[in-house]
Amino acid sequence: MATLTIPEEKYIELYGPTPAHTPSGGWDNGEPDKLVKTHCCFCGVQCGIQLKVKDNKVTGFEPWEEFPVNQGKLCPKGVKRYLQNDHPDRLLTPLIRSEDGFRAAGWYEAMHKTAAAIKDIQAKHGKDAFAFLGGASMTNEKAYLNGKFARIALQTANIDYNGRLCMVSAGAANRMAFGVDRAANPWSDIPLAKVIILTGTNLAECFPILTDYVWRARDAGAKIIVIDPRITPIARTADLFLPVRPGRDSALANGILHVMIERGWTDEKFIAEHTHDFDKVRELVKRYTPEVTEKITGVPAASIIKAAEMWGPAETSMLLHARGIEHHTKGVENVLTYINLVLATGRIGKPGSGYGTITGQGNGQGGREHGQRCNQLPGGRDINKPEHREFIADFWGIPEPELPKQGLTACEIIDAIERGEIKGLLSISFNPLVSIPDSNRTRAALEKLEFFGCIDFFLSETARYADVVLAGSLQEEDEGTVTTGEGRCVRLRNSVSPPENARVDWKIICELAELLGKEKFFTYKNAGEIFTELTAASKGGPIDYSGMTYEKIEQNMGVFWPCPTPEHPGTPRLFEGGKFHHPDGKAKFHAYEYRPPAEDVDPEFPIFFTSGRVVSQYLSGTQTRRIGGLVDQYPEPLCEMHPLLAERLGIKDRDVVRVVTRRGDITLPAQVVKTIRPDTVFIPYHWAGKKAANQLTNRALDPISKIPEYKVCACRVEKVR
Amino acid sequence: MTNGDLEFFLDPSRCIGCQACVQACAECGTHRGQAMIHLEYVHRPTGVQTAPVVCMHCEDPTCARVCPADAIKQDDHGIVHSAAKPRCVACSNCVIACPFGVPKMKTELDLMMKCDMCYDRTSVGKKPMCATVCPSGALYYGRREDIAAMRRETPVNEFQFGRQTVRTKVNMMTAPDMRALPFEVLDFLPWEGKDFDPFELTRAGAPDVAASAVWEDFLPASEEAPARCGSHCQCHP
Repeated sequence: MATLTIPEEKYIELYGPTPAHTPSGGWDNGEPDKLVKTHCCFCGVQCGIQLKVKDNKVTGFEPWEEFPVNQGKLCPKGVKRYLQNDHPDRLLTPLIRSEDGFRAAGWYEAMHKTAAAIKDIQAKHGKDAFAFLGGASMTNEKAYLNGKFARIALQTANIDYNGRLCMVSAGAANRMAFGVDRAANPWSDIPLAKVIILTGTNLAECFPILTDYVWRARDAGAKIIVIDPRITPIARTADLFLPVRPGRDSALANGILHVMIERGWTDEKFIAEHTHDFDKVRELVKRYTPEVTEKITGVPAASIIKAAEMWGPAETSMLLHARGIEHHTKGVENVLTYINLVLATGRIGKPGSGYGTITGQGNGQGGREHGQRCNQLPGGRDINKPEHREFIADFWGIPEPELPKQGLTACEIIDAIERGEIKGLLSISFNPLVSIPDSNRTRAALEKLEFFGCIDFFLSETARYADVVLAGSLQEEDEGTVTTGEGRCVRLRNSVSPPENARVDWKIICELAELLGKEKFFTYKNAGEIFTELTAASKGGPIDYSGMTYEKIEQNMGVFWPCPTPEHPGTPRLFEGGKFHHPDGKAKFHAYEYRPPAEDVDPEFPIFFTSGRVVSQYLSGTQTRRIGGLVDQYPEPLCEMHPLLAERLGIKDRDVVRVVTRRGDITLPAQVVKTIRPDTVFIPYHWAGKKAANQLTNRALDPISKIPEYKVCACRVEKVR
Repeated sequence: MTNGDLEFFLDPSRCIGCQACVQACAECGTHRGQAMIHLEYVHRPTGVQTAPVVCMHCEDPTCARVCPADAIKQDDHGIVHSAAKPRCVACSNCVIACPFGVPKMKTELDLMMKCDMCYDRTSVGKKPMCATVCPSGALYYGRREDIAAMRRETPVNEFQFGRQTVRTKVNMMTAPDMRALPFEVLDFLPWEGKDFDPFELTRAGAPDVAASAVWEDFLPASEEAPARCGSHCQCHP
């Protein structure tokens, strides 16, 4: 039983989050010993940054203007990211649960306790009763290692990662439409576009660096169309804003395509030569007249027609989307209906023309490529395909039948823990208590675990429930590679070594494998050896890194996959010449009828609830709630609502309100603003406990991607005071 | 490297309010955790427009002129500095007099502090922190010909405040020399100026709710008059 042993305030006092305001050594910390050219630890842009290092501590930063993607630009998170180093909350030694919360432990005891628990649970309940949860903020090397560790050392089918909450709808849709899961274009194509659709992406807050790419396109005369229930900063200056009702995205895309077809703005030659199934889509969207689409989406018919008029005949175009259309029980369908808009014009695989998804996490792309997903093996291989299974089993040197089959996805693992089917969990860089919907149920599940081990650098809210916490490494304490949202694999440099008794993550995993008797599979002397192995494992797979080396990546400031040979320069733009990655080289249209969200408004819960991010916080806030300047910028969640709604409810700006759903409630101040639909309220999700927006959200899953429906459920709002 | 031909350009229309500039300003070597740049919402209840304000570094700085203690100095590069600590009497004359609202009195320090264009960086050929990190290009430090080639807007560095003409080192980007953008975001908000019911979907018989069968309930039957896409619509022959 993994219940808390001390009050929440006591955990905060002992382990934070403590907001750090001043750099290591204070503002007069002197000249650094060195400047290390590396990348930011936060989102999928992976901005180049130089970290100042003095006495094995990161003491500040200097912009890295030569790195071509961001050219020295940073968002506030990047500016302050160095403050996570030499932090008062840093875990400096393993911890073991005690009556007073935790006690410091040695590595021998912590590791043997963990290994013994794994063996005990698996002996009693079977291999799959022990699950592994990884993360997409970690390097490619660790993503690969996590997958191999789970399959060979734990021998469990139940390994998944927090990208399940992030990129999987886009990934599944990309594979279905194009036969490969990667942004189709480098971001350098954005400024060349003449029209840009940004749908369900709060780009300026979640991917701030791309704002400049979009603005550069606008400077060159591009029209910008933004589709969102909220007027986000990028929407403010859009040429056309479509204020879509939450949960109606696929209907809107079908409606825009309807007008494009009627006006003849489709590339019939491209469709005939390079795609399948357009006829089904053509038939389907006949019903989505502007008026019908307006009824479903709440977007005026005139705006739908205008969007088609801007998008349809354009010379070049880019369509970018993010979680706004993906965090739905029809997330995959939403993405595919928007991909239809791209394929119908034939504007893909060309300079200034194409498509991409905005990756949320630092290694949102690479973290989903190398086998830490329940349905995937290294090289983007499919765990259910016999030839893929045989290749990897052979590569690893194990008999194919010993390679576990497809297991459960992240939310399903939490569900299975709640049902008592999974008894033990090892998690790394994942804070599900904050990030998974319906957090009251997540807490109940954690309390049921017979054993819970965590590898992390700060004690996250989830890690409070752990039996053993293994003090791992921050991004700057290890080296490796990550693959950015445009498919560019970049090099992270070791800036400092882990402090005191903390260890590099991959060494912890390898040592655990040794204690489980599988040391011969995990004999790496450094991260570079893991990279060499993962590139070899990817050879010939759908995601081929086999021509990459650390040296080549550094020399080129990143290499785009596929890169199948040492001479190959990498592939910044996919699908050139209309060649897609399905076996027959063609792309596929998908005809999806609009269907409502899992939970829609009704008289009892009459208001749409949606969630998202703010610019100063990152994911579950494990890092950013510990950085003072970022905490000051947006200290706690607010409930955004339109004055029309506020007036009906008798609520004024900064009144305290209670937002209630069928799953939970949250009490917080109201922010009354005209930048949101009047039928919708918004709360950002970065906070824990009573401030967690995910107390409210619905853990209903997309049937294909198994992503939960963060972006729409039904709530009611009451004034408290 | 000298940066004699590099200038500062400010374009609030590009600002996304992310505060990277504010966070970075505090990191500039001599600022020691104090941000000098200001970033404010213009009016958050109605929109997300924000405006970054750096010191405009006037040719003839009003703040220095009104300082009774002669604490505000302009250097050879035209940079107007924060008040000199030994001289500043914390009277706030400069705060009141500056036409751009730049100087702020730091009461805890008894000192007026303001943007110094990161002179410790700019004097050695680096860009100011804020303009280096700004993700949207609202703050730009570079050559006049470069920004002219990139942007639609044009730089202005002369301002008229009543009878006072103020010429500044920092440039403000002004509206592009083109006709107004053809669309306005608010035009596309269906609830603006209308009797919009936030609870419309919860009424009995409302269109598109999970409880109702979406298509049967509100789609026009095929024999009814079809909805049309526009004047060219061929949807329902």
